[in-house]
Amino acid sequence: MYKIAKSNLPALFRAIAETKELYLPIRRAGQVNFGPWSEDAEVDVETLKTVKSPKDVFFPQSENLYSCEREGKDIKIEPQALQDQEFVVFGMKACDIKGVEVLDKVFLADPIDTFYAARRDHGIIVAMACHEPEESCFCKVFGVDCADPEKSAADVAVWMLGDDLIWKAITEKGEALTKAVESLLENADADSDKLEEEKNNIRAIVEKLPYSNLSLEGWGGDKLEEKFNSPKWEELYKPCLACGTCTFVCPTCQCYDIKDYDTGHGVQRYRCWDSCMYSDFTMMAHGNNRTSQMQRFRQRFMHKLVYFPANNDGMYSCVGCGRCVEKCPSSLNIVKVIKSMGGEQ
Amino acid sequence: MQEELIKRAKELLADGTVARVLGWKAGDLPYNPEPSYFENEDQLKNFVYNGFCGANLSKYMIEASKLEGKTLVFLKPCDTYSFNQLIKEHRVDREKAFIIGVGCKGKLSIEKIREQGIKGIESITGAEMTDDAETLTIQTIYGEKTCTYASAMLGRCHVCKGKEHQVYDELIGESKDTKDADRFAEVEKIEAMSPEERFAFFQNELSKCIRCNACRNVCPACSCRKCVFDSTKFDSAQKANVDDFEEKMFHIIRAFHVAGRCTDCGECSRVCPQGIPLHLFNRKFIKDIDKFYGEYQAGEDTDSKAPLTNFTFDDVEPSIVGERG
Repeated sequence: MYKIAKSNLPALFRAIAETKELYLPIRRAGQVNFGPWSEDAEVDVETLKTVKSPKDVFFPQSENLYSCEREGKDIKIEPQALQDQEFVVFGMKACDIKGVEVLDKVFLADPIDTFYAARRDHGIIVAMACHEPEESCFCKVFGVDCADPEKSAADVAVWMLGDDLIWKAITEKGEALTKAVESLLENADADSDKLEEEKNNIRAIVEKLPYSNLSLEGWGGDKLEEKFNSPKWEELYKPCLACGTCTFVCPTCQCYDIKDYDTGHGVQRYRCWDSCMYSDFTMMAHGNNRTSQMQRFRQRFMHKLVYFPANNDGMYSCVGCGRCVEKCPSSLNIVKVIKSMGGEQ
Repeated sequence: MQEELIKRAKELLADGTVARVLGWKAGDLPYNPEPSYFENEDQLKNFVYNGFCGANLSKYMIEASKLEGKTLVFLKPCDTYSFNQLIKEHRVDREKAFIIGVGCKGKLSIEKIREQGIKGIESITGAEMTDDAETLTIQTIYGEKTCTYASAMLGRCHVCKGKEHQVYDELIGESKDTKDADRFAEVEKIEAMSPEERFAFFQNELSKCIRCNACRNVCPACSCRKCVFDSTKFDSAQKANVDDFEEKMFHIIRAFHVAGRCTDCGECSRVCPQGIPLHLFNRKFIKDIDKFYGEYQAGEDTDSKAPLTNFTFDDVEPSIVGERG
């Protein structure tokens, strides 16, 4: 176990960035989102939640898949290069890492998504414990322990402890990263009591959060008929503006669309996140199989709380990050849906 | 005021004047009430009206106009401008609406509260409409915090258009003019920038855009049945996040489309998850329209001719664009 003074973090970031691309929370025009580190980027590791989840790092909102170019009578096809360099994501929270585990179920199952797999293979995750969880958080409901990212699928776990940052390597990749920045770290074995105290403090806060005891009773893979046909949806969806905010800030929403962009002398085939809230979601040649906003709204929650667990050994595809709770323009969110259709009131 | 609103809603439902009520339902956190329909007395138990009821319900009336019977809708003074504009554009049916103009003392933004470092919110007092509290007292997991009501107000309330409802059947509750800033001060600040600075400013802001389309979907002026950006034949998908497009096209096109019709209700900036000050585009247009065609406030009435859809010999020549640089 190591530590580094918070005041020395810029040196740590610089050292990591010397050999690897580094993504971390950056404040830009008032908002904090994950982005690439640069000398003049305003790093903000204090803000609990970035607006968007860090899922972009592994599954970008828009990415090219290949491009075609006309060359005389031939068409040249240029596949997009796969990620082949190691990179570091610093400051992911335990809920967002659980979100990546959800994405893994989708993209790493056969047929493997090579773009995603290449990024997962080359990504090194430095997870940060949540020093002060907020009222919109409900990760505990989905079995996430935000006090101890060591239990997550991260490579290194870090904690904010007073003026220091505690650093603990978890995996081989994490050990290698630790070795690369070792000169900046000092031994912190003496701080292990303080670290346990911090973990206990965080867990005590989590117990006090309003959503921590949310019950998932009534939800799950075996509740398809009952939930799908519930008359509640008609009432619940009404305030929905049909915007894509919930889906785009969500760490687990994984739907995407594939489109062609006419470059004038060729075609760029790209994919971009889709949103089940949008009118052309899953549009096919025959039209759209979900013709009303109620159906689209229902799709989002059925997917997270019924279809996904049905196909993935009971794993829900919500991790309780609470971004939709904070960002929905109409103050709708998955918690309200869980509560009004089965869970604890 | 909340009790009065509930009482009146019950009466109007009971005597058959209205078939439903469109208002706000209490949320499960102190700050998240949602727009909601109420169809009976029992449902009205969850009705709430407080400082966090910022959502402008005018646009919901497009759909409500298609329903059987009248809908009772609660509109704040600024919301009534949007409703009038929708009447003018034949998007809502005045006969299908029973409008109660509700008092407003400025609406609150949870983001503005969070910006002050307040987190772990358990309860908020001072947001109710029943007292004149100037201070919000906020109980949090991390101790009790306070902030002034004004510091937690939505940006739009600092340039409040006034206490007068532009259209209503009845009025309930007192309003307060919360204006404490010049409406065009922010625009003037940007006009004073060099073109390079201005471009950098907007690029920095608009590059945060995630194409959630919340600004468009909440906008009462964006009431096209099918938006051009939702067309599947459009080259740039409405959902693809491509910096160049957001920075240079999407928001600009939208601002042009709503120019002369935007009432400056501020919903675009309220809902943006990335805190982009989208109202600045619209307000720049309003400022220019005022200057070139005479002062005009969209939504002030339902029958005047709008400056951009009307021709007069006094109209400014298009060359003005070149002249002003």
